[in-house]
Amino acid sequence: MTKNQHMTDTSAFNRRRFLQGMAGATGLSVISPSSLNAHLPAHAETPSVLVDVTRCIGCRSCMRACKNANDLPNDTDLSKGFPHSWDRQELRFDQWTVVNPATGCNADGTEVTRNVKTQCMQCLDPTCVSVCLVGALTKSELGPILYDADRCIGCRYCMMACPFDIPKFEWKGGMSPVIGKCQMCTRKRLAEGRIPGCVESCPTGALKFGQRDTLLFEARARIKTRPERYLNHIYGEKEAGGTAWLYMSDVPFESLGFKSDLETAPMPPLTWEVLNKIPMVAAAMAGLFGTLAWSLNRRESLDSQESPDNQETPE
Amino acid sequence: MNGWIFILVCLTILIWAALCLVYDKRPRFLRPVTAITILCIWVAALWTLIRRFTEGLGAVTGMNDNAPWGLWIGVDVFAGVALAAGGFVIAATVHIFRIKRFEPILRPTVLTAFLGYILVAVALFIDIGRPLSWWHPLVMWQEHSIMFEVTWCVILYSTVLAIEISPVVLERLGLTTLLRLVKTITIPVVIAGVILSTMHQSSLGSLYLIVPEKLYPLWYSPLLPVFHLLSAVAAGMCVIIVESFFSSKILRRGLESSLMADLGRAASIILFLYLVIKLADLAVRGSWVLILEQNLQSNLFLLEMLGGVVLPAILLSFRRVRKLPRGLLAASTLVMMGIVLNRINICWFGMSVSDQLHYIPTWMEIAVSLGSITAGIIVFFLAVHYLPVFPKTEEELPGAVSPLPNAA
Ligand code: SF4
Ligand code: SF4
Repeated sequence: MTKNQHMTDTSAFNRRRFLQGMAGATGLSVISPSSLNAHLPAHAETPSVLVDVTRCIGCRSCMRACKNANDLPNDTDLSKGFPHSWDRQELRFDQWTVVNPATGCNADGTEVTRNVKTQCMQCLDPTCVSVCLVGALTKSELGPILYDADRCIGCRYCMMACPFDIPKFEWKGGMSPVIGKCQMCTRKRLAEGRIPGCVESCPTGALKFGQRDTLLFEARARIKTRPERYLNHIYGEKEAGGTAWLYMSDVPFESLGFKSDLETAPMPPLTWEVLNKIPMVAAAMAGLFGTLAWSLNRRESLDSQESPDNQETPE
Repeated sequence: MNGWIFILVCLTILIWAALCLVYDKRPRFLRPVTAITILCIWVAALWTLIRRFTEGLGAVTGMNDNAPWGLWIGVDVFAGVALAAGGFVIAATVHIFRIKRFEPILRPTVLTAFLGYILVAVALFIDIGRPLSWWHPLVMWQEHSIMFEVTWCVILYSTVLAIEISPVVLERLGLTTLLRLVKTITIPVVIAGVILSTMHQSSLGSLYLIVPEKLYPLWYSPLLPVFHLLSAVAAGMCVIIVESFFSSKILRRGLESSLMADLGRAASIILFLYLVIKLADLAVRGSWVLILEQNLQSNLFLLEMLGGVVLPAILLSFRRVRKLPRGLLAASTLVMMGIVLNRINICWFGMSVSDQLHYIPTWMEIAVSLGSITAGIIVFFLAVHYLPVFPKTEEELPGAVSPLPNAA
């Protein structure tokens, strides 16, 4: 990625969506399945992060860095439970990434504990963007998925639909709660050519930022050179159509609590395939019912002309 | 805890009041007790709403980050829309298929549907996190979202219902020119209403197409839109039966029993159709084995299918049952409860991980739901009282009104 690309103003993108909305409002919008993705960078170039679960020591530096980078309240005691194990932390609308110890099971049955970082996976074909009815969630020109509270109506369909259960809601937010999720520091850091806060803070190199194809290449290389250390599975390469966050591990992902029942096909077509048939069905119904009502109506008026006092047939 | 006791007491009283009407028992204190109960519910609902709008959804509901949709969506919106489906069914029957026999129940049905959709809109306003942004979908378009389509259909269909019900008001006010105008556009408006209803009734099911690995396989199916549409049509008809029954009791008028029997028969046919497709779908996808699991989901599924589909479908297929107003009422109530359970199952139990429930509704959520239902019923009877909703005299419907039902 060149610096120039990083500089691309994301607000230009939002403006375009707004204009699209206006065009739609005037009946000009062309509904096409590709219009959501047409302007996006090729998946291979998407800014991505490779997480090496075997290298993570669970220091939670990234959690703190995330809060600082995004001006989120940094008041939770993240080291509670020390030195045995951290207390579990959950994603919240104001806590966009967590690292939790997870006990998994190796192929030979031995129990091992690994530290797993969780945040929005930045899907290549994001479900949340496809379900958000007002376009509050959008895929930015840089790649990551952004949230715009000024558009959001708080319907929480994104939370229901996200295959990784990432978006969180401000439940005590009165009249104007927000959805919170990792946006890969796009507005504040990527746009200035800096890498995400969490990656910058990681002391062990468990997180690595780069272009997606480069990281995939690197992950494959690591697997090839150390086959005894890594499983031959890069989580996120194919899951839910592929994600920008990629994970490698020595313990099967499923036993560490990663979702393992996801299809490799992107999810948005599941609804789009129904949705795009609606205009056709509606037109067919209009034609059918129109003809029916018209012809029955006509027959009625003919009948009533013949026998004016017998307009209604009782049975 | 106290809240739950309050809800239980209120529910018991309301059910008791309904049963009194069913069995033609009218103790003197029926009216005041019911009225006081409803007032109490409204006070509780109002208090809940004040807290919801000042503190937020989390303060009064059981919803949380693991269960973003609760009872307000499941019952007030999903079930509410389905139960109001009678409006488009009867409008199509009368205006498109020109089966004029059903005209006497057209207006009350459309009125019920109209009030139903208003309640749905109110529920949505309460449930969406940022209510003041409710108009965003109108100007900010994202045509790839099923939710977007549902929102537009619901708004447009509410307009259609308003036009369909407007003659009632116009007649009362004596605005004949406007009345004639509405009459001329009725058929196209009704056709639009049928299309819009088909679209959003089915799309409420399509909302869940996006969660194949989250929704329990007994409910998840690529045919969700079909199931939602069919069940809504059947339930909509049953609502008409129940509504007609109670208005005949409360307004002390006759019941169009032959029409009701026909509706019951149609509902039974649709329920059987639903059952056949549902079973075929379970068989094809191989998820029928889950019925035998004996866990929370399978038990609820059995309850929903046996109690809400199979039993009433069989009951309604007997002429003897359809002849008895109370038989019709019982079967129709089962269908209504079945569809409410179905929507709750999909939006709550089916989205939970096996036996671990992420969400338990609070009594306050239930108070708001009860408050909105009772408000709807009361507005219905006020409207009926002041507006020409029902045909004026029973002599106008030769053959349609039987003197029998009240005596039965
Ligand atoms: S992980 Fe969820 S929130 Fe993040 S991009 Fe994918 S669908 Fe959206
Ligand atoms: S809650 Fe907001 S961001 Fe999520 S789908 Fe609804 S409108 Fe979009």
